Amino acid sequence: MSEPTLTDQRTVSGVSIRLEGVTKRYPGQRGPAVDAVDLEIAAGETVMFVGPSGCGKTTLLKMLNRLIEPSGGKIFLGDEDVTGQDPDQLRRRIGYVIQAGGLFPHMTVGTNVGLVPGMLGWDRKRIAERTDELLDLVGLDPEVYRDRYPKELSGGQQQRVGVARALAADPPVLLMDEPFGAVDPITRQRLQDELLRIQEELGKTIVFVTHDFDEAVKLGDRIVVFDVGARVVQYDTPEAILAEPAEDYVADFVGAGATLKQLTLTRVSDTDLHTPVTAAVGEDSAAVVARAEAAGERYVVVVDGRGRPVSWPSVAELSRTTSVPGTRDERLPVVGLRSTLNDALDTMLAASQGGVVVTGRRDTVAGVLVVEQVMAAIQSTRNEVRG
Amino acid sequence: MWQYLVDRRELIAFQAYQHVSLVVQCVLLATVIGVGLAVLAYRSPRITGLANGVSAIGLTIPSFALLGLLLAPFGFGITPAVVAVVFYAALPVLRNAVVGLAGVDQSLVESARGIGMSRWATLRRVELPLAWPVILAGVRVSTQMVMGIAAVAAYVLGPGLGSLIFSGLSRLGGANALNATLVGTIAIVLLALVLDVVLVVVGRLTTSRGIRV
Repeated sequence: MSEPTLTDQRTVSGVSIRLEGVTKRYPGQRGPAVDAVDLEIAAGETVMFVGPSGCGKTTLLKMLNRLIEPSGGKIFLGDEDVTGQDPDQLRRRIGYVIQAGGLFPHMTVGTNVGLVPGMLGWDRKRIAERTDELLDLVGLDPEVYRDRYPKELSGGQQQRVGVARALAADPPVLLMDEPFGAVDPITRQRLQDELLRIQEELGKTIVFVTHDFDEAVKLGDRIVVFDVGARVVQYDTPEAILAEPAEDYVADFVGAGATLKQLTLTRVSDTDLHTPVTAAVGEDSAAVVARAEAAGERYVVVVDGRGRPVSWPSVAELSRTTSVPGTRDERLPVVGLRSTLNDALDTMLAASQGGVVVTGRRDTVAGVLVVEQVMAAIQSTRNEVRG
Repeated sequence: MWQYLVDRRELIAFQAYQHVSLVVQCVLLATVIGVGLAVLAYRSPRITGLANGVSAIGLTIPSFALLGLLLAPFGFGITPAVVAVVFYAALPVLRNAVVGLAGVDQSLVESARGIGMSRWATLRRVELPLAWPVILAGVRVSTQMVMGIAAVAAYVLGPGLGSLIFSGLSRLGGANALNATLVGTIAIVLLALVLDVVLVVVGRLTTSRGIRV
């Protein structure tokens, strides 16, 4: 299995975060909620905070943007000590995403996204441009969604807008507090793919709290496993934590079946993707059928004007039409390049299909992955573990 | 009665105008006071309880008695009328504003703070707009209620349609006495309905489409 290539030529727009002896005590409680935590997070890395509920991971996260004031210790962004800075000013430089997006229901999507730039005093035109750019980045068409209200969006779309809002003023650091906890598994997986794709483009420093270890393995460059009092039990790459849990506590938390969890470590991009025959909406069907037959393909991926997959009909289906139909298949199985094989398999099972369309930058088609390849990967992982 | 109306249309129209003017200005002032007090109170459960208690008990004070008591410090005229009307109008607004502000989803408040809004900006841009439909419902209740109370204010020689009612009642049996009372009463009911419609329209115009039900 290839190591995920994290460092080569990656854009980094984030800054490092350093915690020195950060502590939080609540009056009337025996032990501190967060007990003298030292932690260093490298610029441009995604670090996942995992641990049982009540272990202080969320408290620690909220101390980073001072929604909770630390009782002691120091916090540095880059080389700058921000412990004494005005919290409102500080927060405008740190993106913050909560469960369900935390969108303001009385403001349109565009207004929500433009809030932080507005507070920073950008002019109207620049805010409008930035808003459209961000909606586009998170995969929502600005023309369609800019003037909608949050209640007119699905849970997944609201969460995307939440991410767009957090990124609006291009903050170097993004804090995410169990952002994908309230959406269904398929949507969650898509949002995770989206985040990986965005992060690949932007290279922010992301601190992400989750209670889902699979999510941590999938999204994190590194994982911090916490115990009560936000004691750092292990801070390492997902591979290392899965391979060598530091304590029994971590092993328990990681859970049984860790060998199959290795599947979560294999990205779709690590496999040899098959390049499908694609057809644009409205193209002449006969020409497409001829092209597919010449390539020996039985299926064709239909893409829209921006190269995003629309449907995945068989050659037989297409030959019954005169031009390629633009009907969007809502159940089309799609995963991102940074999705794990686990996700790909899940998506196939959910759609009852033998393959998935894989998308890359800006949701354009990057290839297709079929179930046989996933099976082969499982087989080789099992062999590796045995051998 | 029609003849009575036609004969005195100018006086009646003037008194109706005075009545509405008194009510509208007092309700505006009461809204500012009620919302202001609610903003001070809603973050503390103890003060919230106190505010709700005050508004519940305040509404049980008979308006006639309160007006009479206000005569001592303020004498006859507009002042005691305004004080009494504002007092009653502020109570439902206060109560609804406290309920409305307390009902704002705390995760939204945290979200506002988390993206760098100050306390004041959070209140102004998130909490008040979200609580607004509830506050406005309180304003409607207030307006309806004080339309009647403003009539009683004529007892202390305050302005408005109350003087028609009182002068009619004091001369009951005399010429046009019943007409005066009836015209005053019916005019108040009609004006109250009109004001309510106006407030409904204001509500439509000032409530974001995103939170309309």
